[in-house]
Amino acid sequence: TLTYMIAGFAVIFGIMLIYLVSLLSRWNNLRKDADLLKELEKKE
Amino acid sequence: MTAQPKTLKILTVVTVLMLAAASLMVFFYAPLEAVMGQVQKVFYFHVAAGWTGMLGFFVAFVAGIAYLITHKHIWDIVGVAGVEIGLVFMLICIITGSIWARPIWNTWWTWDPRLTTATIMELVYAAYLMLRQGVEDPDRRARFGAVYAIIGFLSVPLTFFSIRIFRTIHPVVIGGGDADATGSFDMTAKMLQTFMFSLVTFSVLFVTLLWHRIRMGKFADQLEQLKMKLLA
Repeated sequence: TLTYMIAGFAVIFGIMLIYLVSLLSRWNNLRKDADLLKELEKKE
Repeated sequence: MTAQPKTLKILTVVTVLMLAAASLMVFFYAPLEAVMGQVQKVFYFHVAAGWTGMLGFFVAFVAGIAYLITHKHIWDIVGVAGVEIGLVFMLICIITGSIWARPIWNTWWTWDPRLTTATIMELVYAAYLMLRQGVEDPDRRARFGAVYAIIGFLSVPLTFFSIRIFRTIHPVVIGGGDADATGSFDMTAKMLQTFMFSLVTFSVLFVTLLWHRIRMGKFADQLEQLKMKLLA
């Protein structure tokens, strides 16, 4: 049942990786927003 | 946003090392199961992911109660973090279970009590995120979310006990299984050690992810307040 084992672990690490990338991407977007807001705050 | 706490940095490194160690134990330390062969190795992370998913929903349940008592916004952030991580791990649990079932039960899916209740639980919490998307006012959203997380938690014990109270094909790991269960096996000492280590590893992984996700939620909140200040 080797094929099924490989598929199983691909799913486990694949979904974890997708979630991790999603977290990092959201962090980056928030940082960009923060920089933009700081710029606006300076102009005010 | 303040810099990442040193404890969190250390915890993140420890989590990665533990996940690597658990994977090595699964592949090289735990013996090959006599009947099912290699696919049985999925079981260690399948159960650990299910446990972590339910842990996430439990955190949301506690955070929901805490929010309704204190009305502190931090509990709303904790609640949504718990549900989000719980959903990810329950999805892993359901899909790996289906992959394991194909060679063992000769089907990808069957409407067994455990599979059905687990799917309902996953959908209940997916709806939690959709509910939050539909409410604009932050206080109202937090209140709705808290109540929903408390009521939705009913699906968790129902899922956990479904294989213990209904006639089922799904094996029971802890405690006696149903006579109709297919795919049960007796664990050797090495299998049990690998299983317990996987459970601990996934619990640590959950704490790490939850901490990161809560920090992100707090950061998003601060930005939202700054936006409001600039617009005022």
